[in-house]
Amino acid sequence: MRAGLYGCLPTVPWLSLRGSRERASAIFQDMSAIVQFENVGLRYGLDSETLSDVSFTLAGGGFYFLTGASGAGKTSLLKLLYLAQRPSRGVIRLFGEDVVTLPRKRLPGFRRRIGVVFQDFRLVPHLSAYDNIALPLRVAGMEEGEVDAPVTEMLGWVGLGDRGQARPATLSGGEQQRVAIARAVIGRPEILVADEPTGNVDADMARRLMTLFEALNRLGTTIVVATHDLPLIAQVSGAQMMRLDKGRLADPTGSLRYPPRPQGGE
Amino acid sequence: MASRTDRRAAAAARHRLLPGGRVAGPMLWIIAIMMFLTVLAAAAGLGLGAAVRSMSADLAGRASVQVVEANPQLRDQLAARALTALRGADGVQAAAPVDPALLADQVRPWLGEEATSGDLPLPALIDVTLTPGDADAKVARLRRLLGGLSPALRIEPHAAFLLPLAGLLSALGWLAAGVVLLMALATGAVVVLAARGAHDSHRGTIEVLHLMGATDVQIARLFQRRIGLDAMLGSALGFAFAAFVILLIGLRLGATGSELLGAVRLPPASWAVLGLLPVAGVLLATLAARWTVLRALGRAL
Ligand SMILES: Nc1ncnc2c1ncn2[C@@H]1O[C@H](COP(=O)(O)OP(=O)(O)OP(=O)(O)O)[C@@H](O)[C@H]1O
Ligand SMILES: [Mg+2]
Repeated sequence: MRAGLYGCLPTVPWLSLRGSRERASAIFQDMSAIVQFENVGLRYGLDSETLSDVSFTLAGGGFYFLTGASGAGKTSLLKLLYLAQRPSRGVIRLFGEDVVTLPRKRLPGFRRRIGVVFQDFRLVPHLSAYDNIALPLRVAGMEEGEVDAPVTEMLGWVGLGDRGQARPATLSGGEQQRVAIARAVIGRPEILVADEPTGNVDADMARRLMTLFEALNRLGTTIVVATHDLPLIAQVSGAQMMRLDKGRLADPTGSLRYPPRPQGGE
Repeated sequence: MASRTDRRAAAAARHRLLPGGRVAGPMLWIIAIMMFLTVLAAAAGLGLGAAVRSMSADLAGRASVQVVEANPQLRDQLAARALTALRGADGVQAAAPVDPALLADQVRPWLGEEATSGDLPLPALIDVTLTPGDADAKVARLRRLLGGLSPALRIEPHAAFLLPLAGLLSALGWLAAGVVLLMALATGAVVVLAARGAHDSHRGTIEVLHLMGATDVQIARLFQRRIGLDAMLGSALGFAFAAFVILLIGLRLGATGSELLGAVRLPPASWAVLGLLPVAGVLLATLAARWTVLRALGRAL
């Protein structure tokens, strides 16, 4: 599966509909809840709650957008999701397991199944673009001989084929963002969490990146994207939207939440 | 499955996860200095220990019998009787009279030419070598035996007058051992501080690695390897300098020609022990680094 993925990347890559029917059926069988939040609250220090009573369920294979005003708590919610933070209250289940009470030493196993595009990129400053992208593969213990092909393909796909040896500091904001995205998706995570992944790129590149996310989604990855960019949301058909308002999940229309696709209900 | 080059490339990549150059600042030099002092202290301790041992081995089994009698004829008679008695006694391996001429030679620098004239009464001396073991009891028994022959006969174990010196030397030896121990503690502390500093200054990288699913042990290994390498270099430097200094001192000691100072020589076994110190230092540094980083990582989520 992995080899096939990288193999089809450089051409009209994952967009090819070949095989999508089988994949789709696989996804629909996997439509069970992959992420569950129940009455989750998050408080930083002694401040009032940043997130309150957040409850939602994400289906495996879904494509979700998370919107809300600046400071509404999008990044905070995503941090809970990618296990950078434990909630102050409530229950969070990932892949069917309660991760709030998970012992520390079991966290790495869960984190390897989640790819993250950080809002501030968090590229490792002393590593080249190439090595930053290779990081998840190396952390997962992939043989060095197997690392090169996917990393090179990924660099090409985000349009940085000739900047592989550049340090993050010498890349533009948009280029850094693309490195961050390549790093997040290279390990074929089961969940991809992206915090404002298109904030620093032009509309063309934003569309291209969304295409990448959709291709990944078609292969079964559950995508969660926090963004202000409403046109971007409109671009992905079948995506669901959640909106945060002052730390609470707002659901004005009722149609924007789980189940994500009418035909995919539980 | 993986070829050797593959593995080497993987190791290189892991090393690159932390920036090149020193991870822990001047730790290398501090370790070099510590190792230098540690090896010197250990060498002193080992040298003194060896000296004390060879001295006691030489002296513990030996005693002198003096025949303090002014009348030369009486003195010679008494010496002969003492010699026979000693040779027949239990616990005596050998007994031999010291040549009076040799004795005179030895006292001449202090007493002048009269010493050889025969006017000044010199005691006759008998060198006694005891059988090994429990010298004190044997000397006491011989003292009773000789006392029975004549009050002019006195036995003096050799170790007795060197005892304070041996005591001093062995105390210095223990002091050196204490210094080595303190140095080990200080080295450990330096590494802990350096590792903590390295951990703090790479917090961002560590957090990213964590969120990618790196385990604490994976991350600690990066630091432990780098600090271990620094420690290896520092230890080697310190050891090389110390060995150079010890060899120099050894040459100077040999040049004094003194039997006592000459005994303060490092036997080959001691060199082997000294050679273990840098190895132990690297091990200590690596473990201290691992422990420190794992502890620091344990505090993060
Ligand atoms: N580590 C923290 N400690 C204390 N307060 C925090 C911390 N992180 C976030 N906050 C606060 O929590 C609130 C929500 O922040 P968050 O970053 O989740 O918002 P956001 O929706 O991602 O905003 P933006 O769209 O600007 O990225 C803000 O008021 C912020 O000040
Ligand atoms: Mg944010």
